[in-house]
Amino acid sequence: MSRFLPLIGFVLLVGLFGFGIWWNTQHDQHEIASPLIDKPAPAFSLPVLNDAGRTVDKASLLGKPYFLNVFASWCIECVHEHPLLMSQMKDLGVPLVGFNYKDDPAAATAWLAEHGNPFEVIVADREGRTGIDFGVYAAPETFLIDGKGVIRYKRIGPITPDVLDNEIRPAIAALAKEGQ
Amino acid sequence: MRRLAWFALLLFPLLAIAQAIQPLPFRNHAEEVRFQHLSAELRCPMCQNETLADSNAPIAHDLRRQVFEMIQAGKTDDQIKAYLVDRYSQFVLYNPPVEPGTWLLWFGPLVLLVAGGIVVAIQVRRRARQAPAVVLPANDTEDDW
Repeated sequence: MSRFLPLIGFVLLVGLFGFGIWWNTQHDQHEIASPLIDKPAPAFSLPVLNDAGRTVDKASLLGKPYFLNVFASWCIECVHEHPLLMSQMKDLGVPLVGFNYKDDPAAATAWLAEHGNPFEVIVADREGRTGIDFGVYAAPETFLIDGKGVIRYKRIGPITPDVLDNEIRPAIAALAKEGQ
Repeated sequence: MRRLAWFALLLFPLLAIAQAIQPLPFRNHAEEVRFQHLSAELRCPMCQNETLADSNAPIAHDLRRQVFEMIQAGKTDDQIKAYLVDRYSQFVLYNPPVEPGTWLLWFGPLVLLVAGGIVVAIQVRRRARQAPAVVLPANDTEDDW
């Protein structure tokens, strides 16, 4: 029996490391689960991009669900995500609210002119202070906020077709079940 | 003169380090020490193996500014940590509190150590019991080469 001990130890280690490799293919190590899920979204009041006289706050968006998509012209991954926002995300029946994060308004405008504007309204957080309240740390990020102002889902990183089908559509279906 | 120029050149790379972290207008040295201590205990959510104090990521810059402003506003260290945990989860703490969710983190190594110690103890005892029974043949050279 004891002559098999090293072999058993070796097999256990192979199992452990194999599990580690499998786990890392299933999970993004850089993703930090947001503590804000199923909590009321932080109150905010931000100017509309290129329309400094107008502000949008949390209260004015209550009543129906919406996506809050954190984007910026300096964000490389946002370019990869954008075609999906322009096509399938736009057709989900849930409005997209743009959250222009730490960006220069002129650069953001030029970026939207080049890649298209899928947003119903865009708020600008130049200093990134509201971003901190939302726990934003890497654009793109996307929040699904329900009609009562509760954060129901958060995606950190670009939305991919997989994420859309496996996470976002079910989240919207869950909202629809509640009559939202 | 030439030596002085060389010396200045040697100092040049230090400029990059000095520029990495923006200077903050501390009111006194104690406040600065407190800030350094606190930001070294907090983790940057973006570049995940760096502290807020070390990181040059934009979010680390913003969070340092936030910590600084909260210190200026008279908040305690615990209040500042709670503020960040509410937004970025306990991930930002390099020194997380002991609670059911972190038991594995805190006590896991101890459990491994104790488990390893038990295995070693069992082996040692077993061999101690077997040792007298094993008599090496005088002409056994197998282990020597």
